[in-house]
Amino acid sequence: MSRGAKVRIRPTRFSKFAGESIWWVASVALFAGIWEFCWYMGWANPMLLPPPHIFLQDILLAGKLFDKSTRLGNPTAGVIVWTVVKTIGASTLRVVIGLSIAFVGSLAVGMAIRFSPYFGRLILPVVNLLAPISPIAWLPIAMLIFGLGNAPAIFLVYIALFFIMTLATLSLIDNLPIAYLQVARIMGATRLQIFLQVILPAILPGLFVVLRLNLFAAWMIVLIAESVGVGGGLGLVVIISRNTFDAQLAFFTMFIIGIVGFFLDIVLREIQRRVLYWAP
Amino acid sequence: MSTKSKVMAEQRSAIRCVNVGKTWGAGTDRAVEALRQFDLEVGKSEFIVLLGPSGCGKSTLLYLIAGLEDLTAGEIESHGKVVYGPDSDRSLIFQESSLYPWLSVIENVTFGLKLRGMAKTERRGIAVELLNKVGLGGFEEKRPDELSGGMRQRAAVARALAMEPSVLLMDEPFAALDVQTRSKLQDFLIQIWRDSQASVMFVTHHIDEAIALADRVVVFTARPGSIKSIVPIELPRPRDPREPKLRDLRDELIDLLADEVDRAFAEQEQISEKNQIRA
Repeated sequence: MSRGAKVRIRPTRFSKFAGESIWWVASVALFAGIWEFCWYMGWANPMLLPPPHIFLQDILLAGKLFDKSTRLGNPTAGVIVWTVVKTIGASTLRVVIGLSIAFVGSLAVGMAIRFSPYFGRLILPVVNLLAPISPIAWLPIAMLIFGLGNAPAIFLVYIALFFIMTLATLSLIDNLPIAYLQVARIMGATRLQIFLQVILPAILPGLFVVLRLNLFAAWMIVLIAESVGVGGGLGLVVIISRNTFDAQLAFFTMFIIGIVGFFLDIVLREIQRRVLYWAP
Repeated sequence: MSTKSKVMAEQRSAIRCVNVGKTWGAGTDRAVEALRQFDLEVGKSEFIVLLGPSGCGKSTLLYLIAGLEDLTAGEIESHGKVVYGPDSDRSLIFQESSLYPWLSVIENVTFGLKLRGMAKTERRGIAVELLNKVGLGGFEEKRPDELSGGMRQRAAVARALAMEPSVLLMDEPFAALDVQTRSKLQDFLIQIWRDSQASVMFVTHHIDEAIALADRVVVFTARPGSIKSIVPIELPRPRDPREPKLRDLRDELIDLLADEVDRAFAEQEQISEKNQIRA
């Protein structure tokens, strides 16, 4: 056999993407197909479990219900789409802001705990006590303190992530390759220089992975906050669908929640790949 | 005593270990005595290889000399001054690459110079020169994970040399590399050592590596480590391993090591038995 006979073609980004997409389509099609089949056979009541072709057939009708201002009357398609986009945007923004504050806050507190042993001893017990409290339990407090609107929703996202990520920061610091620190010490770095120039960049990718893993938790929390009425967002639409027994609207909203969560994850993954390329 | 070692004895030594002892976890029931009554003098520009069975305290000695760990007995001096903590004059090169993955190669090499507050153009100039010297010219802007294992270790050597240390401590720096790369890097190291005039203390458990590199081979006993024997190798480099003199030396070192390896092995089995009983 000649050596050049088998040329292995390295997959390009596009062909890789195409290959993955096929499986995506197959997976979703299988799930939707079974659902549609059950509807076709009459096993699934379309009032309770409307299959995709029903809850997606009248997007404008569903979209109309997204906001008080469009619910009555005959808004144009453009207005409805804009309302839907605004609703999605409101939820997304709350998640993104909450995530960002939690990321920076837990990084700062975690590093401060390891930087100053006294500060650590003073703070860590409280962190450990507050960490297991479900963010749902914080909900009344959030509304009492922040009232309605964006602030309580952002606060809940922050609370959901802050303690977990503070503890993750500590664990990441403790598990750094000790050689990283020793090299810096030999080079004459001060403690502050070691923390800012070695430990901080060394743990950033790992902490970002923790952030990504908790994205879905944050995405759930914001919906819960919105559904109890902190004002607007996709969570409110879910509750509207419940109050009006509108399964079609419920599934349509779930569809959007899934898609947006999925794309948020892709965005975070891309940030990680491009900015924090030294991830382990 | 040869003329060379006489001359070295007259100079003030680069490193002097007097009665050094180190017990890990001293005072606990898990205390392990790594080093006991260790005495060694390393001359300026001397190439010392520390050879011994694994777990005999060779690496511990390097960490003590680097000032990264505190000793529990005795004293270590560097150029007549007692070692209290780490100093860029005593640079340590690790077994695995310890380059910072978030920095480019040149940023890694200039890391220490930047800490010293050196201006950017100046420190980059030094780094480019060093990278050329270690054969990494043109790789300045690459990331460490884009380099091979051998290239990473060269970059680590360049980073250490940037601080102009008078003592290079090397903890099995080539252990993770394949045989060909390893032998290339040994030649490279000899060249670097000649140029830099630094003293080198090189830990290995490969006899061939010891013979290829050392002015003197310090053979360790099994734990607790102390000096079993010091074998001078006064042959010009590069050394041909087939040379009869070297073959005799190798036989000598194999004999010296064999007993200690057996002892280390027996002790490890004892420890694992103990642990089994505990469990």
